[in-house]
Amino acid sequence: MNLKDIKSQFPIFKFNKNLIYFDTANSAQKPIQVIDALEDFYKNHYANIGRAVYGLAARATADFESTRETIKEFVNGTEGEIVFTKNSTESLNLVAHCFGKFLKEGDEIILTEAEHHSNYVPWHFLRKKKVNIKFIPINEDGEVEVNKLTSLITNKTKIISVIHISNVTGLTTDLKKIISIAKAKKISVCIDGTQAVAHSHVDLKDLDCDFYAFSSHKIYGPTGVGILYMKNKWIEQFEPFNGGGGMIQNVDTKNITYASGVSKFEAGSLASAEVIALKQAVKFVKDIKVKNIISHEQSLASYALEKISKFNDVEFVGRPSNKGSVFSFNIKGVHAHDASTVFDEDNIAVRAGHHCCQILHKKMKIGSSLRMSFGVYNNKQDIDAICESIKKCKKIFKLK
Amino acid sequence: MDLTELYHDLILDHGKKPRNFGKCNKFNHDAEGHNPLCGDNIHVYLILDTDKKVKDISFEGSGCAISVASSSIMTEIVKGKSEKQARELLNAFFKMIKEGQEIKKAGLSEDEHIKFSSLAGVGRFPMRVKCATLSWHTLKAALDDEKKPINSEIID
Repeated sequence: MNLKDIKSQFPIFKFNKNLIYFDTANSAQKPIQVIDALEDFYKNHYANIGRAVYGLAARATADFESTRETIKEFVNGTEGEIVFTKNSTESLNLVAHCFGKFLKEGDEIILTEAEHHSNYVPWHFLRKKKVNIKFIPINEDGEVEVNKLTSLITNKTKIISVIHISNVTGLTTDLKKIISIAKAKKISVCIDGTQAVAHSHVDLKDLDCDFYAFSSHKIYGPTGVGILYMKNKWIEQFEPFNGGGGMIQNVDTKNITYASGVSKFEAGSLASAEVIALKQAVKFVKDIKVKNIISHEQSLASYALEKISKFNDVEFVGRPSNKGSVFSFNIKGVHAHDASTVFDEDNIAVRAGHHCCQILHKKMKIGSSLRMSFGVYNNKQDIDAICESIKKCKKIFKLK
Repeated sequence: MDLTELYHDLILDHGKKPRNFGKCNKFNHDAEGHNPLCGDNIHVYLILDTDKKVKDISFEGSGCAISVASSSIMTEIVKGKSEKQARELLNAFFKMIKEGQEIKKAGLSEDEHIKFSSLAGVGRFPMRVKCATLSWHTLKAALDDEKKPINSEIID
């Protein structure tokens, strides 16, 4: 793929000429097609979706629904199993809340120590019902020790909810193994795919999990839209998550019946412009092709790891041999926030902190780290620039 | 702005070798402070004697160079001051960082004044203001006998 052309499709780099953006894992920048689609809808086609019968509203609804189709094809999902939420966090809250209604005292949930807080806190709420949470440990390389899963499972285990790709280490969880173990024991599986979509191949039919959550804004789409794939049996069995307009079938002063299908989980006016523009983000990724994105990001990661490893005072969080789109590190003797301020002076955007993964950081015995994550717009010059910035940082902090 | 104005020798020195670090013996006031977004945490301990004078003060915790240096410098300056002076100093500190107001030397020795003012540069880095103010907010909480840990993300 022609990198120069791709970067030129992102207006942010025109307005911020020297910006080096290494924070795609936090949120991806937006290509012009997505921004144009938002503007076009608001300027020329705007009406609320799913309610009115006039032409403008009907066309907006059709445009909105076609994004559902685009998403379904993109992740090889199934018709009628894609729900729009406001972000991955809400998707995971929906699953934990609705699934939690079926749980009783003593039931067990299995997570991993690599989870983002969004795939732990919603499950934590169920502890009020005396539901127990167990964690598949991570080793010092940061890998989820899937071989320890079987020993954690009991006849009380009801669901396993795991991260697909870690937003700190970039390591991929062996989902196939987890899902096959879970299936043999009739345990449901929920996957937080927030860092995986648009950075690796995601095939939901092949995975065959019960739930898969991801976010529009991490795949070059607008903010405010989350995607939740859930199997039809759960769409039927779950009670609604939110109540309001759009999710009902019939309402009278005594009784209410709910809409069937995904509408049951889409109460209230949705982020229609954003969902419509998300279609352009998916098209953007599909045009480049995920396999090209993978090889681009892997080659950047290899180059970055090789160059950054040369600094004798850099410590990686987890195994640096991993070649993904994300990795984290620390410069010994410099707190991540201080390093980030130094990088910022060189217009380099790097996230510093615990990245909403305190369990992982505590396990690794560190308080915070610097995270580098790649998108289609990054290049090797960006990595050379951060290496210069690391040198500057060492100089300021008087490291040898 | 030149980063060395932020990370100058005094800050680096206090950041690396914080003074009054640990729990002081027989403290009678203490408070905890956190910044959940960056993961910084601090615990301030102090002895306020019968004359309302800060007889001893110390801190424990972890954070960036700015946060640790600010805590360390705070304990050095506040030690030996009256509660009233300590409260005046923390208000002056907030004004210096947030509004760029220079502090008058009143009540501070030359050395204390240099240390106190060394943190003024932080005000030019809005994202780092919370790092510098966390310990001072926590000092205020300790003087106020605030039992709940304070959260600098909410206060600032």
